[in-house]
Amino acid sequence: MEKKLLSILGKLEKEFGGSASEYRGDVSLVIPAEKIVAACQQVHRLGFELLSALTAVDYWPKGASSPQGKNPRFHVIYQFTSVVLNLALTLRVPVPGINPSLTTISHLYRNANWRERELWDMFGIRFLGHPDLRRILMPADWEGHPLRKDYPLGYEEPQFTFNFDEINLRKPHAKE
Amino acid sequence: MPDIQEITLNDLKHLVSERAIQGETVLLNMGPQHPSTHGVLRLLLELDGEIVVNCIPDIGFLHTGIEKNMEAKTYAKAEVMSDRLDYMDTVGNNLAYSLAVEKLLDLDVPLRAQAIRVILAELQRFASHLVWLGTSALDLAAMSMFLYCFREREYILDVMEMCSGQRMMTTYIRPGGLWRDVPVEFEAAVRGILKTFPRRVDEYEALLTRNPLMLDRTYGIGKLTGEECLNFGVTGPMLRASGVEWDLRKDRPYSGYEQYDFMVPTRTEGDVYARYLVRLEEMRQSLKIVQQALDKLPIGPLRSNNRKYVPPPRSEIGVSMEALIHHFKLWTEGFEAPQGAIYSAVESPRGELGVYLESDGGPKPYRIHWRTPSFDNLQSLPLMSKGVLVADLVAIIGSVDIVLGDVDR
Repeated sequence: MEKKLLSILGKLEKEFGGSASEYRGDVSLVIPAEKIVAACQQVHRLGFELLSALTAVDYWPKGASSPQGKNPRFHVIYQFTSVVLNLALTLRVPVPGINPSLTTISHLYRNANWRERELWDMFGIRFLGHPDLRRILMPADWEGHPLRKDYPLGYEEPQFTFNFDEINLRKPHAKE
Repeated sequence: MPDIQEITLNDLKHLVSERAIQGETVLLNMGPQHPSTHGVLRLLLELDGEIVVNCIPDIGFLHTGIEKNMEAKTYAKAEVMSDRLDYMDTVGNNLAYSLAVEKLLDLDVPLRAQAIRVILAELQRFASHLVWLGTSALDLAAMSMFLYCFREREYILDVMEMCSGQRMMTTYIRPGGLWRDVPVEFEAAVRGILKTFPRRVDEYEALLTRNPLMLDRTYGIGKLTGEECLNFGVTGPMLRASGVEWDLRKDRPYSGYEQYDFMVPTRTEGDVYARYLVRLEEMRQSLKIVQQALDKLPIGPLRSNNRKYVPPPRSEIGVSMEALIHHFKLWTEGFEAPQGAIYSAVESPRGELGVYLESDGGPKPYRIHWRTPSFDNLQSLPLMSKGVLVADLVAIIGSVDIVLGDVDR
């Protein structure tokens, strides 16, 4: 691990708790959900001016029914890049499965606006204080959040000549 | 569920100005079927006469659920989906995916495979910039540029076809190396490209760079400063046109980019014209990299020898029982990747193309997220287009170089 990154991690660990871990050269730090805005402010101040990625992972069925505590269903991942220092840093935020929500960071990193909308659309994680929390990729009237693990992948039945008409009858067609 | 979803102005009132609600400005729909939106981008424009007051992009028309699909496939099969993301940079997507899987597995890649990866990735970058140049010049009514660019692009697609059998959806770069060696005609074909293309780039410059119409339409339009770019997550040629020298090929070299001598072109103006100049210079630099990689193309194996993750060469299957077993196991149930999460990024023609890959120890990626550059670059469109004319908005969309497959995934 680079010296510059070590000192930055030291500061973050002291302020927000948690311990940094390294895997294949990627350094990540777990931050509690209530401190994420303060942590992002600090990360921004320490020279990470680019929010490279903002995504989430669903660990369903783990933590699906526990509202709070040590068994979070989601992890939200903030991937930062520092152009000036040429460093990368990952923050991971555990989010519970029941009524998942976080505070927005779209005022700090403007591209978090669409990225948070995408997380709302795909995972159903609400971002409090977001200026425009609508669905972004799925249609506005879509039900469910497709990238959750309990959302089925879905498929289309293949039609052959011998069962074409039979399948055609139960196929959901666009209405006139 | 209603058949047609109705959205009233009231639902969007936080996005438009006060004057739109009073009826002083006009809301106009642009796209998704519009030739200058480069695919299926829909924009909701709030217009005061011909001046854009607000621009609200509406994306998702090309959403294909690639991330969800990849999570349901083994690592080898999921790669096929990666071509379909950014269909102008298919080799680059394969490279990003392969590098991510290799980082997760800690796989080695032979030097010959690395050099061929670089050659193909740079040719693909050139082809992608050609499409951008052709279509964005077409938006500015330079019809002949479009024909010239697509003529040249065909030579590059021929090379792709020669290597992989496919013009676009190649899946030629695989985790651990390449699918197979390049054919004997490859070198002559690439040398032919290297011989003719620099002259062609000069021709484009002669047509556009000092063209008064081009300057009128692009100079000083759609300006972004370096800080704004970083704050909006804008990367790639757009960032470099705003004066920030940041290129992952140079700053975090992968696939042996550190061996090649090339320049990262930057401009400070941050307008449409600067983006044009940066991309044009990048095309020249790409050819320079291809030249160097081809001149010292090493001879040797094409795939990692780690048989637990990489299938053995075809020739071994007939003579070795272990090779046959590995081949069978790897193509049916796949390999079990170690548990962990990584993020790896490459420089695509549009910017930072990142892959977040998390494994739970099983044969399928537990979570794969594509950090696609167009998604973030497009977000800066409302900022760039405030107060411009509708005709200039078209030039700005062209300069962002969006690929909707890359935005919507």
